[in-house]
Amino acid sequence: MTRAMTHDRDHDDHEHGSELSEMQLRVRTLETVLAEKGYIDPAALDAMIEAYETRIGPHIGARVVAKAWGDPAFKHALLEDATRAVQALGVINRVGDHLIAVENTPKLHNMIVCTLCSCYPWEVLGLPPVWYKSAPYRSRAVNDPRGVLADFGLALPADIQIRVWDSTAETRFIVLPMRPSGTDGWSEEKLAALVTRNCMIGTGLPKEPREIA
Amino acid sequence: MDGVHDMGGMHGFGKVEPEQNEPVFHAAWEGRCLALNRAMDAIGAWTIDEGRAAIEELPPAQYLAASYYGKWALRLQNMLVKRGYIGADEIAAGHALRPGEPLKRKLGVDDIPRTLTRGSYGRPPQAQARFKPGDRVRARNIHPVTHTRLPRYARGHIGVIEAVRGCHVFPDSVAIGAGEKPQWLYTVLFDGRELWGETADPTLKVSIEAFEPYLEAAS
Repeated sequence: MTRAMTHDRDHDDHEHGSELSEMQLRVRTLETVLAEKGYIDPAALDAMIEAYETRIGPHIGARVVAKAWGDPAFKHALLEDATRAVQALGVINRVGDHLIAVENTPKLHNMIVCTLCSCYPWEVLGLPPVWYKSAPYRSRAVNDPRGVLADFGLALPADIQIRVWDSTAETRFIVLPMRPSGTDGWSEEKLAALVTRNCMIGTGLPKEPREIA
Repeated sequence: MDGVHDMGGMHGFGKVEPEQNEPVFHAAWEGRCLALNRAMDAIGAWTIDEGRAAIEELPPAQYLAASYYGKWALRLQNMLVKRGYIGADEIAAGHALRPGEPLKRKLGVDDIPRTLTRGSYGRPPQAQARFKPGDRVRARNIHPVTHTRLPRYARGHIGVIEAVRGCHVFPDSVAIGAGEKPQWLYTVLFDGRELWGETADPTLKVSIEAFEPYLEAAS
Protein backbone atom coordinates (compact mmCIF):
# COMPACT_ATOMS: atom_id res chain seq x y z
CA MET A 1 0.00 0.00 0.00
CA THR A 2 1.57 3.25 -1.08
CA ARG A 3 1.20 6.71 0.35
CA ALA A 4 -0.49 7.83 -2.84
CA MET A 5 -3.12 5.13 -2.48
CA THR A 6 -4.17 6.23 0.95
CA HIS A 7 -3.90 9.90 0.08
CA ASP A 8 -7.16 11.79 -0.28
CA ARG A 9 -9.27 8.81 0.69
CA ASP A 10 -11.96 8.99 3.30
CA HIS A 11 -10.58 9.51 6.74
CA ASP A 12 -12.64 6.74 8.30
CA ASP A 13 -10.41 3.86 7.33
CA HIS A 14 -7.05 4.78 8.69
CA GLU A 15 -6.58 1.56 10.60
CA HIS A 16 -3.26 0.76 9.02
CA GLY A 17 -2.09 -2.79 9.37
CA SER A 18 -5.40 -4.61 9.52
CA GLU A 19 -6.48 -6.66 6.54
CA LEU A 20 -9.80 -4.88 6.61
CA SER A 21 -8.42 -1.42 5.94
CA GLU A 22 -5.79 -2.64 3.51
CA MET A 23 -8.27 -4.65 1.46
CA GLN A 24 -10.91 -1.96 1.73
CA LEU A 25 -8.50 0.54 0.19
CA ARG A 26 -7.20 -1.91 -2.40
CA VAL A 27 -10.69 -2.80 -3.61
CA ARG A 28 -11.87 0.79 -3.57
CA THR A 29 -8.87 1.86 -5.62
CA LEU A 30 -9.42 -0.90 -8.18
CA GLU A 31 -13.09 -0.01 -8.48
CA THR A 32 -12.28 3.69 -8.90
CA VAL A 33 -9.72 3.08 -11.62
CA LEU A 34 -11.90 0.53 -13.44
CA ALA A 35 -14.92 2.82 -13.34
CA GLU A 36 -12.92 5.81 -14.57
CA LYS A 37 -11.65 3.73 -17.47
CA GLY A 38 -15.19 2.68 -18.30
CA TYR A 39 -14.59 -1.01 -17.66
CA ILE A 40 -17.24 -1.43 -14.99
CA ASP A 41 -20.61 0.01 -14.12
CA PRO A 42 -20.83 0.50 -10.34
CA ALA A 43 -24.63 0.20 -10.54
CA ALA A 44 -24.23 -3.33 -11.92
CA LEU A 45 -22.01 -4.19 -8.96
CA ASP A 46 -24.69 -2.86 -6.61
CA ALA A 47 -27.30 -5.02 -8.31
CA MET A 48 -25.17 -8.15 -8.04
CA ILE A 49 -24.38 -7.59 -4.37
CA GLU A 50 -28.04 -6.95 -3.66
CA ALA A 51 -28.97 -10.23 -5.37
CA TYR A 52 -26.57 -12.26 -3.21
CA GLU A 53 -27.54 -10.44 -0.04
CA THR A 54 -31.28 -10.69 -0.51
CA ARG A 55 -32.38 -13.19 -3.14
CA ILE A 56 -29.89 -16.00 -3.78
CA GLY A 57 -29.46 -18.15 -0.69
CA PRO A 58 -30.12 -21.46 1.01
CA HIS A 59 -33.87 -20.80 1.09
CA ILE A 60 -33.80 -21.88 -2.58
CA GLY A 61 -32.18 -25.22 -1.76
CA ALA A 62 -34.56 -25.63 1.17
CA ARG A 63 -37.48 -25.31 -1.20
CA VAL A 64 -35.96 -27.95 -3.47
CA VAL A 65 -35.43 -30.37 -0.58
CA ALA A 66 -38.91 -29.82 0.83
CA LYS A 67 -40.42 -30.46 -2.59
CA ALA A 68 -38.41 -33.69 -2.90
CA TRP A 69 -39.60 -34.82 0.54
CA GLY A 70 -43.21 -34.34 -0.40
CA ASP A 71 -43.25 -35.33 -4.05
CA PRO A 72 -41.75 -38.71 -5.06
CA ALA A 73 -41.85 -37.88 -8.77
CA PHE A 74 -39.92 -34.66 -8.18
CA LYS A 75 -37.43 -36.49 -5.96
CA HIS A 76 -36.84 -39.02 -8.72
CA ALA A 77 -36.35 -36.23 -11.27
CA LEU A 78 -34.03 -34.38 -8.89
CA LEU A 79 -31.77 -37.37 -8.42
CA GLU A 80 -31.78 -38.02 -12.19
CA ASP A 81 -30.92 -34.47 -13.25
CA ALA A 82 -30.95 -31.80 -10.58
CA THR A 83 -30.38 -28.91 -12.99
CA ARG A 84 -33.46 -29.83 -15.00
CA ALA A 85 -35.60 -30.63 -11.96
CA VAL A 86 -34.76 -27.42 -10.11
CA GLN A 87 -35.31 -25.45 -13.30
CA ALA A 88 -38.78 -26.93 -13.62
CA LEU A 89 -39.53 -25.81 -10.09
CA GLY A 90 -39.26 -22.22 -11.31
CA VAL A 91 -36.90 -20.90 -8.67
CA ILE A 92 -35.71 -17.31 -8.59
CA ASN A 93 -32.99 -17.71 -11.14
CA ARG A 94 -32.04 -20.20 -13.81
CA VAL A 95 -29.78 -22.99 -12.55
CA GLY A 96 -26.68 -23.79 -14.57
CA ASP A 97 -25.58 -27.16 -15.85
CA HIS A 98 -24.27 -30.09 -13.87
CA LEU A 99 -26.05 -29.69 -10.55
CA ILE A 100 -26.11 -33.09 -8.87
CA ALA A 101 -28.27 -34.03 -5.88
CA VAL A 102 -26.98 -36.83 -3.63
CA GLU A 103 -29.32 -38.60 -1.25
CA ASN A 104 -28.72 -39.44 2.39
CA THR A 105 -30.14 -42.76 3.62
CA PRO A 106 -30.09 -44.51 6.99
CA LYS A 107 -26.87 -46.20 5.81
CA LEU A 108 -25.18 -43.36 3.92
CA HIS A 109 -24.27 -39.79 4.82
CA ASN A 110 -23.02 -37.45 2.09
CA MET A 111 -20.72 -34.47 2.59
CA ILE A 112 -19.59 -31.87 0.04
CA VAL A 113 -16.21 -30.16 -0.05
CA CYS A 114 -13.89 -28.42 -2.46
CA THR A 115 -10.36 -29.20 -1.33
CA LEU A 116 -8.74 -27.15 -4.12
CA CYS A 117 -10.68 -23.90 -3.81
CA SER A 118 -14.29 -23.19 -2.83
CA CYS A 119 -16.63 -24.74 -5.43
CA TYR A 120 -20.16 -24.62 -4.08
CA PRO A 121 -23.67 -24.63 -5.57
CA TRP A 122 -24.21 -20.86 -5.41
CA GLU A 123 -27.47 -20.98 -7.35
CA VAL A 124 -29.25 -23.08 -4.75
CA LEU A 125 -27.30 -22.27 -1.55
CA GLY A 126 -26.03 -18.74 -2.16
CA LEU A 127 -22.46 -17.77 -1.37
CA PRO A 128 -20.51 -20.25 0.75
CA PRO A 129 -19.93 -19.62 4.46
CA VAL A 130 -16.41 -18.78 5.62
CA TRP A 131 -15.88 -22.20 7.22
CA TYR A 132 -16.56 -23.97 3.91
CA LYS A 133 -13.71 -22.02 2.30
CA SER A 134 -11.39 -22.41 5.27
CA ALA A 135 -8.23 -24.52 5.48
CA PRO A 136 -9.51 -26.66 8.37
CA TYR A 137 -12.59 -27.79 6.42
CA ARG A 138 -10.85 -28.21 3.07
CA SER A 139 -8.00 -30.20 4.58
CA ARG A 140 -9.92 -32.47 6.93
CA ALA A 141 -13.20 -33.20 5.16
CA VAL A 142 -11.59 -35.89 3.00
CA ASN A 143 -9.62 -37.74 5.68
CA ASP A 144 -11.40 -36.98 8.94
CA PRO A 145 -15.03 -36.27 8.09
CA ARG A 146 -16.28 -37.58 11.44
CA GLY A 147 -13.89 -35.21 13.19
CA VAL A 148 -15.26 -32.38 11.07
CA LEU A 149 -18.82 -33.38 11.89
CA ALA A 150 -17.88 -33.36 15.58
CA ASP A 151 -16.79 -29.73 15.14
CA PHE A 152 -20.40 -29.11 14.09
CA GLY A 153 -21.68 -31.03 17.12
CA LEU A 154 -22.81 -33.92 14.99
CA ALA A 155 -22.11 -37.58 15.83
CA LEU A 156 -23.38 -40.16 13.35
CA PRO A 157 -23.75 -43.89 14.07
CA ALA A 158 -20.41 -45.70 13.77
CA ASP A 159 -21.67 -48.01 11.02
CA ILE A 160 -23.08 -45.37 8.71
CA GLN A 161 -21.02 -44.92 5.56
CA ILE A 162 -19.56 -41.45 5.03
CA ARG A 163 -19.32 -40.38 1.44
CA VAL A 164 -17.33 -37.24 0.71
CA TRP A 165 -17.72 -35.54 -2.67
CA ASP A 166 -14.72 -33.41 -3.59
CA SER A 167 -15.96 -30.79 -6.09
CA THR A 168 -12.88 -30.80 -8.29
CA ALA A 169 -14.63 -29.88 -11.57
CA GLU A 170 -17.64 -27.83 -12.73
CA THR A 171 -20.12 -30.33 -11.38
CA ARG A 172 -21.86 -29.00 -8.26
CA PHE A 173 -23.43 -31.00 -5.46
CA ILE A 174 -26.30 -30.58 -3.04
CA VAL A 175 -27.17 -33.11 -0.36
CA LEU A 176 -30.75 -34.32 -0.13
CA PRO A 177 -31.07 -35.05 3.60
CA MET A 178 -33.52 -37.51 5.11
CA ARG A 179 -36.95 -36.20 5.97
CA PRO A 180 -37.33 -35.91 9.75
CA SER A 181 -39.94 -38.16 11.30
CA GLY A 182 -43.04 -36.61 12.78
CA THR A 183 -43.66 -34.48 9.69
CA ASP A 184 -46.44 -36.46 8.04
CA GLY A 185 -48.88 -34.26 6.22
CA TRP A 186 -46.73 -31.13 6.52
CA SER A 187 -46.90 -28.53 3.76
CA GLU A 188 -43.83 -27.90 1.64
CA GLU A 189 -43.50 -24.49 3.22
CA LYS A 190 -43.43 -25.96 6.71
CA LEU A 191 -41.01 -28.70 5.65
CA ALA A 192 -38.69 -26.09 4.11
CA ALA A 193 -38.36 -24.45 7.53
CA LEU A 194 -36.60 -27.62 8.72
CA VAL A 195 -33.97 -27.51 5.99
CA THR A 196 -30.75 -25.83 7.07
CA ARG A 197 -27.91 -24.79 4.81
CA ASN A 198 -25.54 -27.16 6.57
CA CYS A 199 -27.79 -30.17 6.05
CA MET A 200 -27.56 -29.52 2.30
CA ILE A 201 -23.73 -29.50 2.53
CA GLY A 202 -23.68 -32.55 4.78
CA THR A 203 -22.28 -30.90 7.91
CA GLY A 204 -25.63 -30.92 9.65
CA LEU A 205 -29.01 -32.60 9.79
CA PRO A 206 -32.41 -31.00 9.22
CA LYS A 207 -34.07 -29.47 12.25
CA GLU A 208 -36.41 -31.61 14.32
CA PRO A 209 -40.09 -30.66 14.19
CA ARG A 210 -39.99 -29.52 17.83
CA GLU A 211 -37.30 -26.96 16.97
CA ILE A 212 -39.69 -24.93 14.84
CA ALA A 213 -42.88 -25.58 16.78
CA MET B 1 0.78 -27.05 -9.38
CA ASP B 2 1.62 -28.64 -6.04
CA GLY B 3 0.68 -25.58 -4.03
CA VAL B 4 -0.76 -24.87 -0.60
CA HIS B 5 -4.20 -24.54 -2.18
CA ASP B 6 -4.26 -28.34 -2.62
CA MET B 7 -5.27 -28.91 0.98
CA GLY B 8 -7.04 -32.27 1.01
CA GLY B 9 -5.57 -34.42 3.78
CA MET B 10 -3.15 -31.84 5.18
CA HIS B 11 -2.74 -31.70 8.95
CA GLY B 12 -2.40 -28.87 11.39
CA PHE B 13 -5.08 -26.39 10.33
CA GLY B 14 -7.15 -27.01 13.44
CA LYS B 15 -10.86 -27.18 14.04
CA VAL B 16 -13.61 -26.02 11.73
CA GLU B 17 -15.23 -22.98 13.29
CA PRO B 18 -18.77 -22.41 12.07
CA GLU B 19 -20.13 -18.93 12.70
CA GLN B 20 -23.70 -18.61 13.95
CA ASN B 21 -25.93 -16.36 11.85
CA GLU B 22 -23.11 -15.58 9.47
CA PRO B 23 -23.72 -12.56 7.22
CA VAL B 24 -23.33 -12.94 3.45
CA PHE B 25 -20.47 -10.43 3.58
CA HIS B 26 -18.48 -9.46 6.66
CA ALA B 27 -17.58 -6.04 5.28
CA ALA B 28 -18.79 -3.97 2.35
CA TRP B 29 -15.50 -4.37 0.47
CA GLU B 30 -16.05 -8.13 0.24
CA GLY B 31 -19.19 -7.63 -1.81
CA ARG B 32 -17.48 -5.04 -4.02
CA CYS B 33 -14.56 -7.42 -4.49
CA LEU B 34 -16.82 -10.31 -5.49
CA ALA B 35 -18.77 -8.13 -7.90
CA LEU B 36 -15.64 -6.58 -9.45
CA ASN B 37 -14.22 -10.03 -10.11
CA ARG B 38 -17.49 -11.16 -11.65
CA ALA B 39 -17.71 -8.00 -13.75
CA MET B 40 -14.28 -8.71 -15.19
CA ASP B 41 -15.30 -12.34 -15.83
CA ALA B 42 -18.29 -11.00 -17.72
CA ILE B 43 -16.17 -8.94 -20.10
CA GLY B 44 -14.00 -11.98 -20.74
CA ALA B 45 -10.93 -10.55 -19.01
CA TRP B 46 -9.99 -14.06 -17.88
CA THR B 47 -11.56 -17.48 -17.66
CA ILE B 48 -12.61 -19.23 -14.47
CA ASP B 49 -9.58 -21.51 -14.77
CA GLU B 50 -7.12 -18.66 -15.32
CA GLY B 51 -8.68 -16.94 -12.34
CA ARG B 52 -8.23 -20.00 -10.12
CA ALA B 53 -4.67 -20.41 -11.32
CA ALA B 54 -3.96 -16.77 -10.42
CA ILE B 55 -5.06 -17.43 -6.83
CA GLU B 56 -2.97 -20.61 -6.63
CA GLU B 57 0.05 -18.64 -7.84
CA LEU B 58 -0.08 -16.25 -4.88
CA PRO B 59 2.98 -16.79 -2.70
CA PRO B 60 2.09 -19.55 -0.20
CA ALA B 61 2.42 -17.36 2.88
CA GLN B 62 0.15 -14.77 1.29
CA TYR B 63 -2.36 -17.43 0.24
CA LEU B 64 -2.61 -18.76 3.78
CA ALA B 65 -2.71 -15.36 5.47
CA ALA B 66 -5.31 -13.71 3.27
CA SER B 67 -9.03 -14.15 3.79
CA TYR B 68 -11.10 -15.59 0.96
CA TYR B 69 -12.09 -12.24 -0.51
CA GLY B 70 -8.62 -10.96 0.32
CA LYS B 71 -7.29 -13.55 -2.13
CA TRP B 72 -9.88 -12.42 -4.66
CA ALA B 73 -8.71 -8.83 -4.28
CA LEU B 74 -5.09 -9.83 -4.81
CA ARG B 75 -6.04 -11.91 -7.83
CA LEU B 76 -8.06 -9.05 -9.25
CA GLN B 77 -5.21 -6.58 -8.91
CA ASN B 78 -2.59 -9.00 -10.24
CA MET B 79 -4.67 -10.02 -13.24
CA LEU B 80 -5.77 -6.48 -14.11
CA VAL B 81 -2.16 -5.38 -14.25
CA LYS B 82 -0.90 -8.54 -15.97
CA ARG B 83 -3.58 -8.31 -18.67
CA GLY B 84 -3.01 -4.59 -19.15
CA TYR B 85 -6.44 -3.37 -18.03
CA ILE B 86 -4.87 -1.02 -15.54
CA GLY B 87 -1.33 0.10 -14.79
CA ALA B 88 0.58 -0.17 -11.54
CA ASP B 89 0.98 3.62 -11.81
CA GLU B 90 -2.80 4.00 -11.83
CA ILE B 91 -3.12 1.87 -8.71
CA ALA B 92 -0.49 4.02 -7.03
CA ALA B 93 -2.27 7.19 -8.14
CA GLY B 94 -5.68 5.88 -7.13
CA HIS B 95 -7.11 7.15 -10.42
CA ALA B 96 -7.07 6.34 -14.11
CA LEU B 97 -4.17 8.05 -15.85
CA ARG B 98 -5.18 6.90 -19.33
CA PRO B 99 -8.57 6.34 -20.96
CA GLY B 100 -9.79 2.74 -21.18
CA GLU B 101 -9.88 0.78 -24.41
CA PRO B 102 -13.32 0.22 -25.97
CA LEU B 103 -14.89 -3.02 -24.68
CA LYS B 104 -16.87 -5.51 -26.74
CA ARG B 105 -19.18 -5.94 -23.77
CA LYS B 106 -19.52 -4.64 -20.28
CA LEU B 107 -21.53 -5.90 -17.33
CA GLY B 108 -24.65 -3.77 -16.94
CA VAL B 109 -27.52 -3.88 -14.48
CA ASP B 110 -29.68 -5.72 -17.01
CA ASP B 111 -27.07 -8.48 -17.29
CA ILE B 112 -27.20 -9.37 -13.59
CA PRO B 113 -29.89 -12.09 -13.74
CA ARG B 114 -27.85 -13.87 -16.41
CA THR B 115 -24.62 -13.68 -14.40
CA LEU B 116 -26.31 -15.33 -11.44
CA THR B 117 -26.48 -18.52 -13.51
CA ARG B 118 -23.27 -20.46 -13.89
CA GLY B 119 -21.88 -20.80 -17.37
CA SER B 120 -21.93 -24.23 -18.97
CA TYR B 121 -18.66 -26.12 -19.26
CA GLY B 122 -20.11 -29.12 -21.09
CA ARG B 123 -18.93 -29.56 -24.69
CA PRO B 124 -19.72 -32.02 -27.50
CA PRO B 125 -17.51 -35.12 -27.21
CA GLN B 126 -14.59 -35.38 -29.60
CA ALA B 127 -14.08 -39.10 -28.97
CA GLN B 128 -15.60 -42.06 -27.18
CA ALA B 129 -15.26 -42.13 -23.42
CA ARG B 130 -12.39 -44.41 -22.50
CA PHE B 131 -13.95 -45.61 -19.22
CA LYS B 132 -17.38 -46.76 -18.10
CA PRO B 133 -19.00 -47.11 -14.68
CA GLY B 134 -17.42 -49.96 -12.71
CA ASP B 135 -14.01 -49.68 -14.37
CA ARG B 136 -11.01 -49.67 -12.04
CA VAL B 137 -8.73 -46.72 -12.67
CA ARG B 138 -5.59 -45.28 -11.18
CA ALA B 139 -5.23 -41.53 -10.78
CA ARG B 140 -1.99 -40.78 -12.56
CA ASN B 141 1.06 -39.78 -10.60
CA ILE B 142 1.48 -36.43 -12.32
CA HIS B 143 2.82 -33.17 -10.92
CA PRO B 144 2.24 -30.43 -13.47
CA VAL B 145 3.76 -27.11 -12.45
CA THR B 146 0.74 -25.35 -13.91
CA HIS B 147 -2.95 -25.47 -12.91
CA THR B 148 -4.58 -28.86 -12.50
CA ARG B 149 -7.73 -30.12 -10.81
CA LEU B 150 -6.32 -33.49 -9.82
CA PRO B 151 -5.77 -33.25 -6.06
CA ARG B 152 -2.49 -34.62 -4.71
CA TYR B 153 -4.13 -36.98 -2.26
CA ALA B 154 -5.68 -39.01 -5.10
CA ARG B 155 -2.57 -39.35 -7.26
CA GLY B 156 -1.29 -42.87 -7.63
CA HIS B 157 -4.37 -44.36 -6.00
CA ILE B 158 -6.89 -46.80 -7.42
CA GLY B 159 -10.58 -46.04 -7.55
CA VAL B 160 -13.69 -47.04 -9.45
CA ILE B 161 -15.53 -45.06 -12.10
CA GLU B 162 -18.90 -44.32 -10.55
CA ALA B 163 -20.39 -42.01 -13.16
CA VAL B 164 -19.58 -40.48 -16.53
CA ARG B 165 -20.44 -36.78 -16.37
CA GLY B 166 -20.07 -35.89 -20.03
CA CYS B 167 -17.38 -34.03 -21.88
CA HIS B 168 -16.16 -30.80 -20.25
CA VAL B 169 -13.76 -27.93 -20.82
CA PHE B 170 -10.34 -29.06 -19.58
CA PRO B 171 -9.07 -26.61 -16.93
CA ASP B 172 -5.43 -27.70 -17.23
CA SER B 173 -5.45 -26.53 -20.85
CA VAL B 174 -7.54 -23.37 -20.47
CA ALA B 175 -5.43 -22.15 -17.56
CA ILE B 176 -2.32 -22.02 -19.71
CA GLY B 177 -4.08 -20.38 -22.64
CA ALA B 178 -4.02 -23.56 -24.73
CA GLY B 179 -7.76 -23.71 -25.48
CA GLU B 180 -10.66 -25.70 -24.13
CA LYS B 181 -9.54 -29.16 -25.30
CA PRO B 182 -12.70 -30.80 -23.87
CA GLN B 183 -12.23 -34.08 -22.02
CA TRP B 184 -14.51 -36.71 -20.54
CA LEU B 185 -15.24 -36.13 -16.89
CA TYR B 186 -15.84 -38.94 -14.40
CA THR B 187 -16.79 -39.31 -10.77
CA VAL B 188 -14.12 -41.64 -9.38
CA LEU B 189 -14.75 -43.28 -6.02
CA PHE B 190 -11.92 -44.22 -3.65
CA ASP B 191 -11.99 -46.26 -0.50
CA GLY B 192 -10.78 -44.28 2.50
CA ARG B 193 -8.09 -46.87 3.26
CA GLU B 194 -6.79 -46.73 -0.29
CA LEU B 195 -6.17 -43.01 0.16
CA TRP B 196 -5.16 -42.79 3.82
CA GLY B 197 -3.91 -46.22 4.80
CA GLU B 198 -5.08 -48.86 7.22
CA THR B 199 -5.84 -46.46 10.05
CA ALA B 200 -8.42 -44.63 7.94
CA ASP B 201 -12.08 -44.59 8.94
CA PRO B 202 -13.35 -47.90 7.46
CA THR B 203 -16.70 -46.29 6.66
CA LEU B 204 -15.14 -43.53 4.52
CA LYS B 205 -15.39 -43.22 0.77
CA VAL B 206 -14.18 -40.17 -1.15
CA SER B 207 -14.88 -39.21 -4.72
CA ILE B 208 -13.22 -36.73 -7.02
CA GLU B 209 -14.38 -35.38 -10.35
CA ALA B 210 -11.58 -36.49 -12.66
CA PHE B 211 -10.90 -35.54 -16.27
CA GLU B 212 -9.89 -38.44 -18.49
CA PRO B 213 -6.22 -37.39 -18.85
CA TYR B 214 -5.90 -37.76 -15.06
CA LEU B 215 -6.72 -41.46 -15.23
CA GLU B 216 -5.21 -44.71 -16.45
CA ALA B 217 -6.73 -48.18 -16.50
CA ALA B 218 -5.94 -50.33 -13.47
CA SER B 219 -6.17 -54.08 -13.34
